[in-house]
Amino acid sequence: MIEFKLPWLGADMDQGELLEWMIKPGDRVRRGQVIAVVDTSKAAVEVESWQEGIVHALLAQPGDMLPVGAPMAQFLADGEVPPAVSVPVIAAPPAIVPTAGTLKPADTAGSAAIPAGALGDRKKISPAARRRAAELQIDPQTIELGSGPHGAVTIEDVERAAARARVPMAPAKKAPGSPADRAAEMRKTIAGAMSRSKREIPHYYLAQPIPLQRMTLWLSEQNALRSMDRRLLMAVPLLKAIAMTLEAFPELNGFYRDGEFKPSPQVQIGVAISLRHGGLIAPALHDIGAKSLDQLMQALGDLVQRTRAGSLRSSELSDATVTVTNLGEQGAEAVYGVISPPQVALVGLGRVSVRPWVVDGAVVALPVVTATLSADHRVSDGHRGARFLTALAEALQHPEKL
Amino acid sequence: MTYREALRQGLREALLRDPRVFLMGEDVGRYGGTYAVSKGLLEEFGPDRIRDAPLSELGFVGAGIGAALGGMRPLVEVMTVNFSLLALDPIINTAALLRHMSGGQFSVPMVIRMSTGAGRQLAAQHSHSFEGWYAHIPGIKIVTPATVEDARGMLWAAIQDPDPVLLFEHAQLYNLEGEVPEDSAVDIRSARIRRSGKDLSLITYGGCLWKTIEAAEQLAAEGISAEVIDLRVLRPLDTDTVLASVRRTRRAVVIDEGWRSGSLAAEVMARIMEQAFYELDAPVARVCSQEVPIPYARHLEEAALPQTAGIVAVAREVLGR
Repeated sequence: MIEFKLPWLGADMDQGELLEWMIKPGDRVRRGQVIAVVDTSKAAVEVESWQEGIVHALLAQPGDMLPVGAPMAQFLADGEVPPAVSVPVIAAPPAIVPTAGTLKPADTAGSAAIPAGALGDRKKISPAARRRAAELQIDPQTIELGSGPHGAVTIEDVERAAARARVPMAPAKKAPGSPADRAAEMRKTIAGAMSRSKREIPHYYLAQPIPLQRMTLWLSEQNALRSMDRRLLMAVPLLKAIAMTLEAFPELNGFYRDGEFKPSPQVQIGVAISLRHGGLIAPALHDIGAKSLDQLMQALGDLVQRTRAGSLRSSELSDATVTVTNLGEQGAEAVYGVISPPQVALVGLGRVSVRPWVVDGAVVALPVVTATLSADHRVSDGHRGARFLTALAEALQHPEKL
Repeated sequence: MTYREALRQGLREALLRDPRVFLMGEDVGRYGGTYAVSKGLLEEFGPDRIRDAPLSELGFVGAGIGAALGGMRPLVEVMTVNFSLLALDPIINTAALLRHMSGGQFSVPMVIRMSTGAGRQLAAQHSHSFEGWYAHIPGIKIVTPATVEDARGMLWAAIQDPDPVLLFEHAQLYNLEGEVPEDSAVDIRSARIRRSGKDLSLITYGGCLWKTIEAAEQLAAEGISAEVIDLRVLRPLDTDTVLASVRRTRRAVVIDEGWRSGSLAAEVMARIMEQAFYELDAPVARVCSQEVPIPYARHLEEAALPQTAGIVAVAREVLGR
């Protein structure tokens, strides 16, 4: 019996709401097949299966709020016989989290009893504090440590938090709501991830202005040969150059987890995409190195469109190994980004603008971009970071090689 | 005036005001009472009204019930609460139940006084606190005077009650000094706030009252304002006073010399939980005796009983300090 568990769909996700099943018992599931749609606070995500088999039972219902790691479905491997006592759909309920809490995925191995740890892990909030929080419309779960016995949240903590924040409480459970709700929710998750980043990651920052004269000329030549709808944006060769350069700098590409850095064999660049109602997501643009610029242009357009429509794939949300944030034409000159944990680096690109540049002892006007690197000092040092930016600058001088 | 003297004045007052009142018990007459409460009363009121009883709690408590049914107002003294176990049958099966079982035709207007509690190195058979047990029984009232004023006034209020009243005198209180106000008015219905405070409610009765007040004073020195409630009457419990206090302070510690399991403290906590759960800002806590027979050795006896330091520590914990 294969247990399919809710995958982790991004740094700031700890639970998700099952919106829809795309499979039913008896279906054959292939690797990579979309089997369910799950709403994280950021987007409705199509969850792909990484396992194969015949669907035996669905353990969660649409509408259930599931912690990451909760069993969602059971598959039978090829040739596997269903167990004699078939597990009814409801018999082993997944750990359902009523509200954003700190419940760990519960042990659902058949026992109906509440797992011993579950209640102990529950946040301690005094009844009076709970009621006061409701009156003041603040979420007591957001108070990190209470001043009461054993860290319990007390009335006083609630009143202090209310005075400090005056932040309206997010409804405990809401239907995929209005854009305003979604924006507030997203703001909260961004706040969580970015606070964690700045709390845990010792950032260092480097900047490198890079002349783009050759790139600009090459790009206009290329685009002159293309129809309007196939023209390349400057972002495409920039992304490709970054991906290719990163292959030589494994210490900037991978995940830092549990005190240990694991470089990633592939470069999967998370592209920061801002959303219309505010907030941003950085889904992964897959296999950049292997794609031609035309393929990349198409993939980027598709990714932006699907991001803004809220229909991303689970792998796109979870497997970016590094982030690129590109301010584009409307942007500022340089951006010093906040690393998205558990990644260890972020490459920022400012606006491409015409600036004075010294060539052979004379000042000339050239299009220039300032590339920045925010990197995790636990994993790499400024020296290597600087080498990366230099190598990137060099790569961008040879557009024909991209 | 001492607590002992106040009790004696209460007895005299009752004997003087109501000719139906008489005192009966072991050594209450010639010996003047084990705790010298009735000293001198035999000389003043004579052997008909101050009666030494044989060493049979079952016998003289039963005789007291008979006298009450016959129209008298007996005051029965049982030397200690441990010995009252010999008289559980007349107290519960007869005195407490008779009004109910006779359809209201009979009542038992008697008062049984007994000493309770530990702290005087009298060992396990003389040191227990069973008033919480008695408070379990419908049909009797349980009063626990903890101040000189209550020692002086509760007896007369108890004598006027038409039903049996058990009055528990904590053995460590007899030498307590205190004043009785001129306008003293003592009832056997209500709890009293002995010290006002706003941060937590310390709820207690009897011998633990003074340890609790001392704890409140120590807490005040730390900037913690503790309210001290003296329950005074364990049955019927004045839940309103307790709840009003807890609703103000939102935290409560119950201090009870009884053993923790099934204690009166447990009942008080349960009522707070039933009626003020949403007002609470911390779990209700309690300080009770260790669940051992009260030891003879002084240091062990002290360790077994609620003490001021323990009350202070639990109060701090409830406040998260």
